[in-house]
Amino acid sequence: MSFLISCPNCGARSVYEFRFGGEIHDRPPVSASEDEWTQYLYARKNKSGPQEEWWYHRAGCRTWFKAVRETATNTVIETRWP
Amino acid sequence: MLQLFRIQRLWRTHALKDTYDVVIIGAGVHGLATAYYLAKHGITNVAVVDRWYVGSGASGRNTAIIRSNYRTPEGVAFYDESVKIYEHLGEELNYNLLFSQQGHMTLAHTDAAINGLRVRAENNVLLGVNSRVIWPDEIARLVPAMDMSANARYPILAALYHPPGGIIRHDAVVWGYAAAADRMGVHIHPLTEVQGIGRSNGQVISVKTTRGEIKTGAVVNATAGWCSTIAKMVGVDLPVVTHPLQALVTEPLKPFLDKVIVSATLHVYVSQTDRGELVIGEEINPYSSYSNRSTLPFLEHAAEHTLALFPCLKQVRVLRQWAGLCDMTPDYSPIMGEVEGVKGFILDVGWGTYGFKAGPISGKMIAELIVTGKTPDLIRPFRLSRFREDALVGEKAAAAVSH
Ligand SMILES: Cc1cc2nc3c(=O)[nH]c(=O)nc-3n(C[C@H](O)[C@H](O)[C@H](O)COP(=O)(O)OP(=O)(O)OC[C@H]3O[C@@H](n4cnc5c(N)ncnc54)[C@H](O)[C@@H]3O)c2cc1C
Ligand SMILES: [Zn+2]
Repeated sequence: MSFLISCPNCGARSVYEFRFGGEIHDRPPVSASEDEWTQYLYARKNKSGPQEEWWYHRAGCRTWFKAVRETATNTVIETRWP
Repeated sequence: MLQLFRIQRLWRTHALKDTYDVVIIGAGVHGLATAYYLAKHGITNVAVVDRWYVGSGASGRNTAIIRSNYRTPEGVAFYDESVKIYEHLGEELNYNLLFSQQGHMTLAHTDAAINGLRVRAENNVLLGVNSRVIWPDEIARLVPAMDMSANARYPILAALYHPPGGIIRHDAVVWGYAAAADRMGVHIHPLTEVQGIGRSNGQVISVKTTRGEIKTGAVVNATAGWCSTIAKMVGVDLPVVTHPLQALVTEPLKPFLDKVIVSATLHVYVSQTDRGELVIGEEINPYSSYSNRSTLPFLEHAAEHTLALFPCLKQVRVLRQWAGLCDMTPDYSPIMGEVEGVKGFILDVGWGTYGFKAGPISGKMIAELIVTGKTPDLIRPFRLSRFREDALVGEKAAAAVSH
């Protein structure tokens, strides 16, 4: 389903104005093991349900922000600055 | 005459037994093919469970393109085995699959794209796959309805032509495997959702479903777009992101197109079915989602790009559009085999936008893995540990236009 996202700067716009940046996950410390780096680089929660994610307002103010979206319905629950 | 109207059930319904040798999660082409080949090995105490109806996932929603003109030697060898099975599958399952090997054509609109297609053609030929680069005069002869003019916005410069590629009736493949597996004693359980997987000492011991608990030592995850949710039940995060992919069909037209046409530059692919309808697909939605609802932007882009190739279709009406879920991997190759630390849990996932064509060979290989306990050579390149080992099988160039 197509949907709207509320950019914290510009307000509600079509999802096609934005670039999806994927789910949010923390970068491990430099000292992390090879397994931890593999997990960080490749493994994803890929959750069906509320997901914290990055979005970039490509055709607007060109800034990155965070959102919480219910991935089963595409309802955007919240958007905020990082 | 009345025979024609008699309801024929293709598979039976069963009570859920409390023990099965193998539980396959997902009644799509992959799960059902696995069950069929297990039964051929004599393993028939098998359940295929699905939370909805048989073929309700991507297997009943795809654009049914079959081909083996991939880019990597691992990919080409693997998909070509599947094409070979498809060539005799209707006979084997005693079910008409309407397989039409009409030929598959990937268009190049830039010099860089021509080079990419040349690499694929060379790789294909080395592995015995019929595939070659052809030029505008031959393209125009094979597809007279396509706009070949030099002043098009994206002129067609060349194409990768793959004669054995084609289209099949996807529902029939799913039903054919289901019916054949049922005849050999496999239990098919629709409306049976898996909610948890029990383990003891690192070995799978049970599957919890909405219809009760099953004791089993082997579980196959064949849930494509939902595979991350099943893997999570055994504590594994897969390198998979679920994206919707959409398609549409037009009203039926007289036969005018007997090649599958694909353009990566225009993000579109088109084929004509035996019924005359055009089946049109695009790329995955640019955001992850588990929602199966289709969108207006898809319809607009697909129509615009189809018209760039076939201006003659301007007045044609769209009958319907739909979406399905795709389990995308970082290298556009699948993930098959066992998982370290979780004995009895077998993956057949990561099928992205290209997994329908792989159903037969995957089912055969996963069944062989279960029967022999050894990973067959053909699927070893697709093991989960390739990501840690930095041994990716990059198929983006041959799989990014989604089919
Ligand atoms: C629009 C579209 C076009 C495509 N075009 C092509 C093409 O032209 N050629 C090609 O080769 N591929 C194509 N594909 C990809 C192909 O359809 C899939 O890769 C393939 O069908 C996957 O089959 P599967 O059996 O693994 O999964 P699916 O058919 O998706 O089946 C998975 C099943 O798992 C079930 N399930 C999920 N969660 C649970 C649970 N908790 N408990 C029980 N059951 C569960 C679902 O209900 C579903 O039925 C396309 C896909 C789409 C969406
Ligand atoms: Zn903005």
